Amino acid sequence: MDSATLKKSMTVSEMALMVIFGCLAFLCLFIAGKSDEPGYAFHAGLSAIASAAAVFFLFNRYFDRPAASPPLEINGKPNYNMAPVKFATIAALFWGVAGMTAGLWLALELAFPGLNFDQSWLNFGRLRPLHTSAVIFAFGGNVLIGTSFYVVQRTCRARLAGQLAPWFVVIGYQFFIVIAATGYLLGITQSKEYAEPEWYADLWLTVVWVAYLLVFLATIWRRKEPHIFVANWFYLAFIVTIAVLHLGNNIAVPVSLFSGKSYIVWAGVQDAMFQWWYGHNAVGFFLTAGFLAIMYYFIPKRADRPIYSYRLSIIHFWALIFIYIWAGPHHLHYTALPDWAQTLGMTFSIMLWMPSWGGMINGMMTLSGAWDKLRTDPVLRMLVVSVAFYGMATFEGPLMSVKAVNALSHYTDWTIGHVHSGALGWVAFVSFGAIYCLVPWLWNKRELYSLKLVNWHFWISTIGIVLYITAMWVSGILQGLMWRSYTALGYLEYSFIETVAAMHPFYVIRALGGGLFLAGTLIMVFNVWMTIRMREDLATADDAGTRPVLQPAE
Amino acid sequence: MSDTVEQPPRKSLWIRHQAIERNSIFLLLGILIVVSIGGLIEIAPLFYLRGTIEKVEGMRPYTPLELAGRNIYVREGCYLCHSQMIRALRDETERYGNYSLAAESMYDHPFQWGSKRTGPDLARVGGKYSDEWHIAHLKDPRAIVSQSVMPGYPFLAQTPLPTKAITDHLSANRKVGVPYSDDMIANAEADLKAQANPDDPNVAAFQKRYPNAQVRKFDSETATITEADALVAYLQMLGTLVDFKLYDDKANLR
Amino acid sequence: MAYLDKHEVDPATGKTTTGHQWDGIQELNTPLPRWWLWMFYACIAWSFGYWIVYPAWPLISGYTSGVLGYSARGNLAEDIKVANAARRKQSEGLENASLESIVGDVRLRGMALAQGKAAFGDNCAPCHGSGGGGGRGFPNLLDDDWLWGGKLADIHTTISHGIRAPTDDGTRVSQMPAFGRDNLLKPDEIRSVANYVRTLANLAPEPKADLAKGKTVFADNCASCHGNEGRGNPELGAPNLTDAIWLYGSDVGSIVTTVTNARNGVMPAWAGRLDPALIKALTVYVHSLGAGK
Ligand code: HEC
Ligand code: HEC
Ligand code: HEC
Ligand code: HEM
Ligand code: HEM
Ligand SMILES: [Ca+2]
Ligand SMILES: [Ca+2]
Ligand SMILES: [Cu+2]
Repeated sequence: MDSATLKKSMTVSEMALMVIFGCLAFLCLFIAGKSDEPGYAFHAGLSAIASAAAVFFLFNRYFDRPAASPPLEINGKPNYNMAPVKFATIAALFWGVAGMTAGLWLALELAFPGLNFDQSWLNFGRLRPLHTSAVIFAFGGNVLIGTSFYVVQRTCRARLAGQLAPWFVVIGYQFFIVIAATGYLLGITQSKEYAEPEWYADLWLTVVWVAYLLVFLATIWRRKEPHIFVANWFYLAFIVTIAVLHLGNNIAVPVSLFSGKSYIVWAGVQDAMFQWWYGHNAVGFFLTAGFLAIMYYFIPKRADRPIYSYRLSIIHFWALIFIYIWAGPHHLHYTALPDWAQTLGMTFSIMLWMPSWGGMINGMMTLSGAWDKLRTDPVLRMLVVSVAFYGMATFEGPLMSVKAVNALSHYTDWTIGHVHSGALGWVAFVSFGAIYCLVPWLWNKRELYSLKLVNWHFWISTIGIVLYITAMWVSGILQGLMWRSYTALGYLEYSFIETVAAMHPFYVIRALGGGLFLAGTLIMVFNVWMTIRMREDLATADDAGTRPVLQPAE
Repeated sequence: MSDTVEQPPRKSLWIRHQAIERNSIFLLLGILIVVSIGGLIEIAPLFYLRGTIEKVEGMRPYTPLELAGRNIYVREGCYLCHSQMIRALRDETERYGNYSLAAESMYDHPFQWGSKRTGPDLARVGGKYSDEWHIAHLKDPRAIVSQSVMPGYPFLAQTPLPTKAITDHLSANRKVGVPYSDDMIANAEADLKAQANPDDPNVAAFQKRYPNAQVRKFDSETATITEADALVAYLQMLGTLVDFKLYDDKANLR
Repeated sequence: MAYLDKHEVDPATGKTTTGHQWDGIQELNTPLPRWWLWMFYACIAWSFGYWIVYPAWPLISGYTSGVLGYSARGNLAEDIKVANAARRKQSEGLENASLESIVGDVRLRGMALAQGKAAFGDNCAPCHGSGGGGGRGFPNLLDDDWLWGGKLADIHTTISHGIRAPTDDGTRVSQMPAFGRDNLLKPDEIRSVANYVRTLANLAPEPKADLAKGKTVFADNCASCHGNEGRGNPELGAPNLTDAIWLYGSDVGSIVTTVTNARNGVMPAWAGRLDPALIKALTVYVHSLGAGK
C-alpha cells in the first residue's frame, strides 16, 4: 500500500482508548466530587485530569501522525521502536535519584530522629514505603520495562508490537508510580510490604501489566529467529509471575467506591503466608529473574563474548523459578506459621542456592577470554561486580534462611544489610551498567560522554555499598546478640532501649555509605545528560544508533 | 568462530527443550505451571488444616474505635518499625510475654506481624503503659524515652476522628470474614463514641457487644474524639484478649 | 537451520557454540559445571534428610511430623523449663520466701536484684527512667519520698495492682478532684491556694497573692487528703507538699493546672503480666534503689 495516497482513518484502538479514557475521566471526576477522603479525592481528581489529557494527546497524535502505520521493516531491516525505551530509561534515572534520596533521608532519620520534624508526610513510617517502592518498582521497574522492550526487539529482530500499547505501558506505569508515591505521603497504604498501594492503584497496575505482557509476547511472536533468546525467558517469567503474585496478594474489598481504603481478604496467618509468598517472590522474579535477563543480554554484548553455558541457562532457569516460589516462609521463621511450612521455606531456600549461582556462573564465565576488558571498561566492570554481589546476596540469603541463623538475624539490621547488598550491589549496579550501555545506543552516540566519570561512579558507589552493608552486618548481629544476651545469673542483660542506643554509630555510617552511593548515581545522571547532549552523532552506520558500538575505554 | 563441526542430532534433554524455546505459549504455560506448584502446596493447607489456627477463648472482632485506631496504625506505617509477632524463642517470651498465636491475628485484615524491629514488639503492649504515657509518647517520644528514634506524632491528638464512615468499615470487614453481627454494624458509630466516653448512655450495650472492651477517655487532654484516642484504644487492647491461664499450649503444637 | 547440527568453535575457549545468534550473541554449549551440579545434589539430599527428621509436608488432614517429633513451641517449652530449672537452683526459695527474708539473705537478695534489674529496663524504665530517676509525672524511685509508702509490702502492692490502673480491681485508688474543671473552686481561689501551697514548701508566693484566702481554701478542700500541714498521706497517695520533691512541677502555673484538672497519674498493674516471683524481685530491686523503708 502506498502511504502517500492512503486515506487517514482512526484505528479501532485509537477510538476505543479515547472512549475508555473519556468515560474514565467522568467517572473519576464523579468520585472526586463525592468522596470525603481528601487523599482519595485528590487521586480521583488526578486520574480525571490524566484521563482527559490522554484523550487530548490521542487526538493530537491522530492529527499529527502519517496515514499509514510505521513500517515493520525498512530495506529489510527491522524498524525498531526505541522511543518508549528512551522514555523508560530517563524515567528510571529520575526515580532512582528520588528513591535513593528518600533512602538517604530515612537513614538520617534513624540516626537523627529530629529529622522527622513531627510532620505526618515526612515521618519514617510514611517515607519508608516511598523509598522501597521508588527504588524497586519505579527505578527497577523502569529499567526492566525499558531494557525488556529493547532486548526483545533486538533479539527477535522485530519491531515492538503495537503502536499505542507500548506507550500505554510506559506512561501508565509512571502514573501508577505517581499515585502510589503521593499516596504513601498522604497515608494511603495497605501495609503489605512491597504491595502497599491501595485497591484502585492495584487495579490500574493490573491493566498496565496485562498490556505489558501482551506487548512483550506479541513482539516475540514476530521474531525472525526460531528460538527465543534466554534473556526473554527470564523477562517472560518475571512478567507472568509478577502478575500472578500481584493478584494473589492484593485481593481486597474496598470500603466503598468512594473510599480509598480496602481490607485484604486474607487474615492473620494466611495473610502472612500470602504476603511473603508475594514478598519473597517479588525478590525472586522482579529483583532476580528480571535483572538476570538484563545480565544475559548486556554482559555478552558488552564483553562481546558468547554466553558461557547454554545448558546451565536451561537448568538454572527452570530450577530457579520452580524453587523460588517455595522459599517465602523463611520470612516467618518461629512465628505463628505452622512448623511444617517453615521447614519447606528453609529447605527450599537451601536448594535455591545453586540455581541462583547458576546465573552468577553464566554471567562471570562469559568473560572468559575477555578478562582484560575489566581493566579498560568501567561499564563492564560495573556489570561484573553486580554479578559478584548477586552471588554474595544469594549465598547470604540461604544462610539467613537456616532457622538457627534466622533466629538471630530476623527483625534486625542484618536483613537490611542483606537487602542492600542485593539491592545496591546487584540490582542497582546491573541497572547502571545496562543504562551506560543503552544510552549511547539509543541516542546514536559513539560512546558515553566520559568513561572516566563512570570509573568515579563505580568507585564512589562501591565504597558506599561497603560502608552500608558492613555497618548493617555489625549492627544487625550486635542487635541480635544483645536481644538474646543473658547475665551470668540467667536473666536478660539488656533492655530494648539499650539496643536502640547501640545502633546509633552504625546508622551514621550507613547514612554516609548511602550518601556516597547517591553521589555516584548523581555523577551518572550528569554523564548520561552530557552524553545525550553530545554533538557528535552516529549517522553513518546503516542501522545507526540501534547497533551497539563497542570500543575499548580510553 | 569460523570452524563448524557437524554433529548428528541426539534425543537429549537439550534437544527436547527446543520445543519450549521455539514456542512462546509452551514457554508461558511451562512457567505458569512451574511457579504455581509451590504456592499451592504451601498456602492451601493453611486454609484446611485444623491446627493452623489454635482454639482459644476470648478472641472477638475489634471494636469500632479499635478498628479506627488500627487503621491509623496502618496508615502511619508503625509496622515498619514494630513487630506484632513474638517468636517462639526464650528471650522473646521473657521480654514480651507468651509467644503470639495464629488465633490472635485471625481477624487482622491485613496482618501486622512486621519484619523489622527498630522499636520493640507491640503484640502485648496493651495494658503495659497508661493512656497518658501513650499520648505523651506519641506526641514526643524523646521527651519520655530520651534515646528513642521513634518519630513524633503530635498531629494525631489534634485531628478529630471521622466517625460516620465506620459503619462501612465494619461491613467491609464482614465481607472478608470478620464475624460482625448486624447489631454491631447498625450501632457502629454509636459504639465508637461510647467507648471513648464513660458517661455515654450506650456504654452498657456496647460492652455487651464487645466483652472485655475498655471504655474511657483515652486522650483525656482533648474533649473531642481524636485520632490519638483511637490509636491508644487499639494499642491498649493489643494482646489482651486471649486468656493464657485458660490456654492449653500442649494442645497447640504444630 | 537445524539445531545442534552446526557447531562453531569459539577460538578463545575452544568450546563449541549452539549455532544460534541473537543480535550477535552466541551461546557456548558448555556442560554443567561438575562442582555446581554436585553442590546442587547435595543441597537436595540434605533437604530430603531434613524432611525426614522435621515436620515438613502437608497432607490431607495433617502433615508429616518428622521422626524427632520436633515442634518450635514444644522446643521452647523445653528451653524455658531448662532455664528455669537452672535459675531455680540458684534462686532456690525466692518464690516462697517472704520479702523480708529475701532482703535479709545475701544469696536471695542478689538473685532478686539481678532479676529485678533485668525486668525494670523493659517494663518500668519507659516511665520511671532507666535508672529509676523518674520524670515529670512519673515518680523518682531513688529518693525516700513515697506517695504510697516505701515499705516492702507497700511497694509490692503498688507494683502488683498498680495505681488507678483501669485493668485491675484491686488497684490503688484515690482521685484528687478537678477543682477548676468541675467548678468546685473559682479561678482566683485556685490561684490563691496554689500560692499558699508554695509557701508550705518555703517557696516564694507571687507578690500580690492572697495567702489568707489560700489558707482557708486549703483547710476546706485539701487538708482532708494532704493533711493540715500539707505533709501528705500515703494511705491516699496524696503527696507531701512541704518538701522539695514535685511530681508535676512547683511553679505557680503547674500547681494551678494540677488543682484545676487534677492529675491522677496511672501506674499499670503487673500482677497478670509478670509472674509472682518476678514481682517480688522487682519489689526488692525498687526497694534497694532509694531509701526503701
Ligand atoms: C522509626 C521507627 C519507629 C516508628 C515509625 C514508630 N516507632 Fe514506636 N518505637 C520506636 C522505638 C525505637 C521505640 C523504643 C523507644 C521508645 O519507647 O520510644 C518505640 C516504642 C514504642 C512504644 C512503646 C513500646 C514498649 O513496649 O516500650 C509504643 C507503644 C510505640 N512505639 C508505638 C508506635 C506507634 C503506634 C507508631 C506509629 C504511629 C510507632 N510506634 C512508630 C520506633 C518507632
Ligand atoms: C505507664 C507508666 C508506668 C510504668 C510502666 C510503671 N510505672 Fe510505676 N508509677 C507510675 C506513676 C504515674 C506512678 C505514680 C502514681 C501516682 O501518682 O500515684 C507510679 C508509682 C510507682 C511506685 C510508687 C512510688 C511511690 O512514691 O509510692 C512504685 C514503687 C513504682 N511505680 C514502681 C514501678 C515498677 C517496679 C514498674 C515496672 C514493673 C513500674 N512502676 C512501671 C507510672 C508507671
Ligand atoms: C481526694 C484526695 C485529694 C484532695 C482532696 C486533694 N488532693 Fe492534691 N493530690 C492528691 C493525690 C492522690 C495526688 C497525687 C496525684 C498524682 O500522682 O497524679 C495529689 C497531688 C497534688 C499536687 C501535685 C504534687 C506534685 O508533686 O506535683 C498538688 C500541688 C496538690 N495535690 C494540691 C492540692 C490542693 C491545692 C488541693 C485542694 C485544693 C488538693 N490537692 C486536694 C489527692 C488529693
Ligand atoms: C542511597 C541509597 C540507599 C539508602 C541510603 C537506603 C536506605 C534505606 C533505609 C534507611 C531503609 C530502612 C531500613 C530500616 O527500616 O531499618 C531502607 C530499606 C529498604 N531499601 Fe534502601 N536505601 C538505598 C537504596 C536502595 C536501593 C537502590 C534499593 C533497591 C533497589 C533499596 C531497597 C530497599 C528495601 C527493599 C528496603 C526494605 C528492607 C526491609 O524491609 O527489610 N534501597 N533503605
Ligand atoms: C537465594 C537467594 C536468596 C535467599 C534464600 C534469600 C533469603 C532471605 C532471607 C532469609 C531474608 C530475611 C527474612 C527475615 O528474616 O525477615 C531475606 C530478606 C530479604 N531479601 Fe533475600 N534472599 C535471597 C536473595 C536476595 C536477593 C538477590 C535480593 C535482591 C535484592 C534479596 C532481597 C531481599 C529483601 C528485599 C529482603 C527483605 C524482606 C523484608 O522486607 O523483610 N534477597 N532474604
Ligand atoms: Ca496493594
Ligand atoms: Ca521489611
Ligand atoms: Cu525471601
